[in-house]
Amino acid sequence: MAAILSVKEVGKTYESAGKSLTVLHRINFEVEAASTVSIVGPSGSGKTTLLGLCAGLDRASLGSIVLNGVCLDELGEDDRAKVRNQYVGFVFQNFQLLPTLTALENVMVPLELRGERGSRSRALELLDKVGLADRGHHYPLQLSGGEQQRVSIARAFSNSPQILFADEPTGNLDAETSETIERLLFNLNRDMGTTLVLVTHDMELAFKTKRVIRMKGGGVISDEVTQPKEL
Amino acid sequence: MAMPSTRNKLAADWIVRMAWRDSRRSRSRLFLFVSSIIIGIAALVAIYALGDNLEKDIDNQAATLVGADLVIHSNHSLEEAEQRLVDSVKGLSAAHSEERSFASMVLFAKNGGTRLVQVRALGGDFPYYGKLETVPEAAGTDFRNHRQALVDKTLLLQFGAEVGDSIKVGDVLFEIAGRLNQAPGQSGLSTTVAPAVFIPLAYLDATGLNQKGSRINYNYYFQLPDGSDADELAGGLDSLLEVHRMGYDTIATRKQETGRSFSDLNKFLSLVGFIALLLGCIGVSSAIHIYIKEKLGSIAILRCLGASSRQAFLIFLVQVIGVGFIGSLIGAVLGTCIQQFLPLVFKDFVPVDISSDISWSAILQGIGLGVWISVLFALLPLIGIRNIAPLNTLRLSLDSQNPVKDRLSWIVYGLIALFIFGYAYLQLSGFLQTLVFTAGVALAFAVLFATASLLIWLVRRFFPASWSYLWRQGLSNLFRPHNQTVILVISIGLGTAFIATLLLVQEMLIARVSLSASDNQPNMVLFDIQSSQKEDVAELVTEQGLPVLDQVPIVTVQLEAINGITAEQARADSTLQVSRRALGGELRTTYRAALSDSEKVTAGTWVGKTAPGDTARVSLEEGYANRIRVSLGDTLLFNVQGVRIPTIVGSLREVDWNRVQTNFRLIFPMGVIDNAPQFHVLMTRVPDDVVSARMQQAAVRQFPNVSIIDLGLILSVLDEILDKIGFVVRFMGGFSMLTGFVVLVASVMISKYQRIKESVLLRTMGASRKQILVITALEYSFLGLLASVAGVLLALVGSWALAIFSFEVPFVPDLLAMGLLIVGITAITVFVGLFNSRGITQRPPLEILRKDI
Repeated sequence: MAAILSVKEVGKTYESAGKSLTVLHRINFEVEAASTVSIVGPSGSGKTTLLGLCAGLDRASLGSIVLNGVCLDELGEDDRAKVRNQYVGFVFQNFQLLPTLTALENVMVPLELRGERGSRSRALELLDKVGLADRGHHYPLQLSGGEQQRVSIARAFSNSPQILFADEPTGNLDAETSETIERLLFNLNRDMGTTLVLVTHDMELAFKTKRVIRMKGGGVISDEVTQPKEL
Repeated sequence: MAMPSTRNKLAADWIVRMAWRDSRRSRSRLFLFVSSIIIGIAALVAIYALGDNLEKDIDNQAATLVGADLVIHSNHSLEEAEQRLVDSVKGLSAAHSEERSFASMVLFAKNGGTRLVQVRALGGDFPYYGKLETVPEAAGTDFRNHRQALVDKTLLLQFGAEVGDSIKVGDVLFEIAGRLNQAPGQSGLSTTVAPAVFIPLAYLDATGLNQKGSRINYNYYFQLPDGSDADELAGGLDSLLEVHRMGYDTIATRKQETGRSFSDLNKFLSLVGFIALLLGCIGVSSAIHIYIKEKLGSIAILRCLGASSRQAFLIFLVQVIGVGFIGSLIGAVLGTCIQQFLPLVFKDFVPVDISSDISWSAILQGIGLGVWISVLFALLPLIGIRNIAPLNTLRLSLDSQNPVKDRLSWIVYGLIALFIFGYAYLQLSGFLQTLVFTAGVALAFAVLFATASLLIWLVRRFFPASWSYLWRQGLSNLFRPHNQTVILVISIGLGTAFIATLLLVQEMLIARVSLSASDNQPNMVLFDIQSSQKEDVAELVTEQGLPVLDQVPIVTVQLEAINGITAEQARADSTLQVSRRALGGELRTTYRAALSDSEKVTAGTWVGKTAPGDTARVSLEEGYANRIRVSLGDTLLFNVQGVRIPTIVGSLREVDWNRVQTNFRLIFPMGVIDNAPQFHVLMTRVPDDVVSARMQQAAVRQFPNVSIIDLGLILSVLDEILDKIGFVVRFMGGFSMLTGFVVLVASVMISKYQRIKESVLLRTMGASRKQILVITALEYSFLGLLASVAGVLLALVGSWALAIFSFEVPFVPDLLAMGLLIVGITAITVFVGLFNSRGITQRPPLEILRKDI
């Protein structure tokens, strides 16, 4: 199957107060479309930075990243924003819902940004899928952590992304809620064919994906194909 | 695969929808941000509306400003040719009146009170438009046919006189027929300086005040038949009138003149209002800055979801436009309400009745300006949105754009400077004045900004680590993230500077006059003394036990030619380098052997006596010589009551005008004009008001034609004028102060959202309500103290410069008043700070912790 994400010789260095800090060293890997991959490693290993680069949230200092055939290194910030809007979905550890928008409006935003008609009915449909059809008019502060993450997943899938990046998606949730969220993520991956890239500390969650990339000190130390556990 | 197509072109409706959605949870806070501009807009709308109404009122009431279609005026009695000219206009008119006005003493028979007033001896039915507003009403007409007078209301009040009492003008005792409330063209301020007493012209000769050498103004009022054009008639007479050193006024010229003076006043007031608005805008900018900082997360999420930086920027720009519009609308409504009171504030300055109609153009201007200025000042923090990276959703970005290096922020700074300059230019219409105003505003802001920054630096650098926790916490609030130190110091400081400058200048003006009261300087001047009365008046002064400090003869001369060029030649050839205005003008001069101690020769030599047959070497005051463009050695030809006297400019003098003393632009040496018709001035010093009153009564009884001016009168008139001006300035300065406090309230409330969590944590850890209040009080005391001290220092420096360079008086500020001002402003700041922080201490910690603000 073709690679939806290709990472070649990617490095990232931050300049601060005249000093440079390299957080990623020459990373190479490819991710096949519709697959599931998790990136694991201790804190400070560079996994979140790598996720950010792969999703086009930042530009690599070295190497190149090609996402769905588009080389991100050559794009400006606004062009990368278009790529994100068209092909990418996000789920964050702290949910990152817009606090001033209702749950329904949060899910509608990516569709509205694409200028699509019928964003409201699509958003309602997605909220229904994550079991929150009746909470659409609630603001994030009025929802529990698990509910917020479900809204966040509905939003992530609203633009039918080719690839979904999730940064510690269950990091802030209890075991029971985590399980619900995991099930949702993997079901949507299976139903919609969305590639799933997870960053996590949780090895149990990592082993539910088909591939685990281990990082340490800014570099990849192993890249193994796994036998995913049943959800 | 190719780049995704740009289907999501900037969808305006989505941006507006997002701006609306995002504002729902923060509308009250957004409103708080723009509340700072409400006062400024209100001030401007009120002032613009006042200007509109004034323009309309002057238009509508122009005829009553003059009272006639045409007025011809002269400051000398008419010669034959001049009388013929006036008579020819009389022949063309439907009605005409004549008036002679001059300064003279009056005496109230009831209590012996005396005062220098403007006597207006009136013949005919003037005014033809408007009326002499009197109580009783009929008195305005009836007094003309009897030995009666109309007396200004302030005079009656001052001397406790009533209608029916008597007033002595010269040798004649008039019955007070009515209280004069308003005469055409008179304003409250003009009656304060020279209250009027109207008498019938027929009695003028009997008063004995119409003597040769008396300074009398002659006014001839004409009502023209319907269909006549006063301006066309006056235009035809213009050159003739100029030759005869006479002038004219028509309704159109007076309208133009009055309109021009009040347009200047309006422009000045607009600038003061504009400063209040600028203050508010800085408040807006600072508040939006904090708002955007708090929105950083939301903006990063939007960017993450695919919104372009432009879209994110526009969402918040739309919010600013929206709240700017609402703020301006409220400001416009408030301004329209304030405008209803402005006629009361300005009534003493304006010779027309001011209406208070709603001015839609003022409202539209105010709203337009408010929206524009909110956007302009919000742009600085808003353009930072472009640099908010989507990576902030994962973690705070290490790469942040330095605003100093952001080219766009410099463009915005440039736009702001251009806008201030442009607005000031529209008001001032002069490049240099505009530059001075803009630089002045920039300097004041820069000084206050530097003061605040210095304080922050000093507190950090020399942080008193050994002080108690409460003091340290209060102090550290001045420099911690999201502090409002700079904005509060600028806004409260500028307001304080306004008030302090006003107090200091008022003091200085009084001091400048009071200076004359020191030592043995004269403080009473008796003038218009005829030569025949000279000895007797001096004797009277001595009889009263007062010293004759100086006695000066005064001769009226006319400058006929400068270096051989006459007025006629100058008019014919505009290339001639002479002052055409000076030629033909009258001057009051004296002759003496030695200079007085208030004069100093700066060029040439003063020769005190001219030998018979020699050409006199006159001395000119430096400034006057500059104005008429003559220098040492130039020749001046004077006409002294028909006799031509050639002179040479022999010396130039520097004159100290700051004394109650006779000073002259031109002086002759002895031996030239000693025998010319003249009157005399006598100077004395009275020890107190009682002696002053006794002296004045005796002089008016014995020498009714002699006028007296004393320092007490000057001071009281000055005091009254300053009071009226002061009220206006305080009223206008009040807008800035009020804006300062609105900015303070807004800042306190904005920072409350940030401080609340911290205070709750402190309370959770056991801090008492009192301790939280002490920390807050200390923080605002430091802020208030610093802002007011900075404002007072700014005012002291400004007033010092005014004292030294403009008023030329020693600068002795009233430090006690300044101290009290500092204490007052600090107290108000602390009160506002505590009042608005009360929510922090009144809510249970759990409630706030649960909300996870």
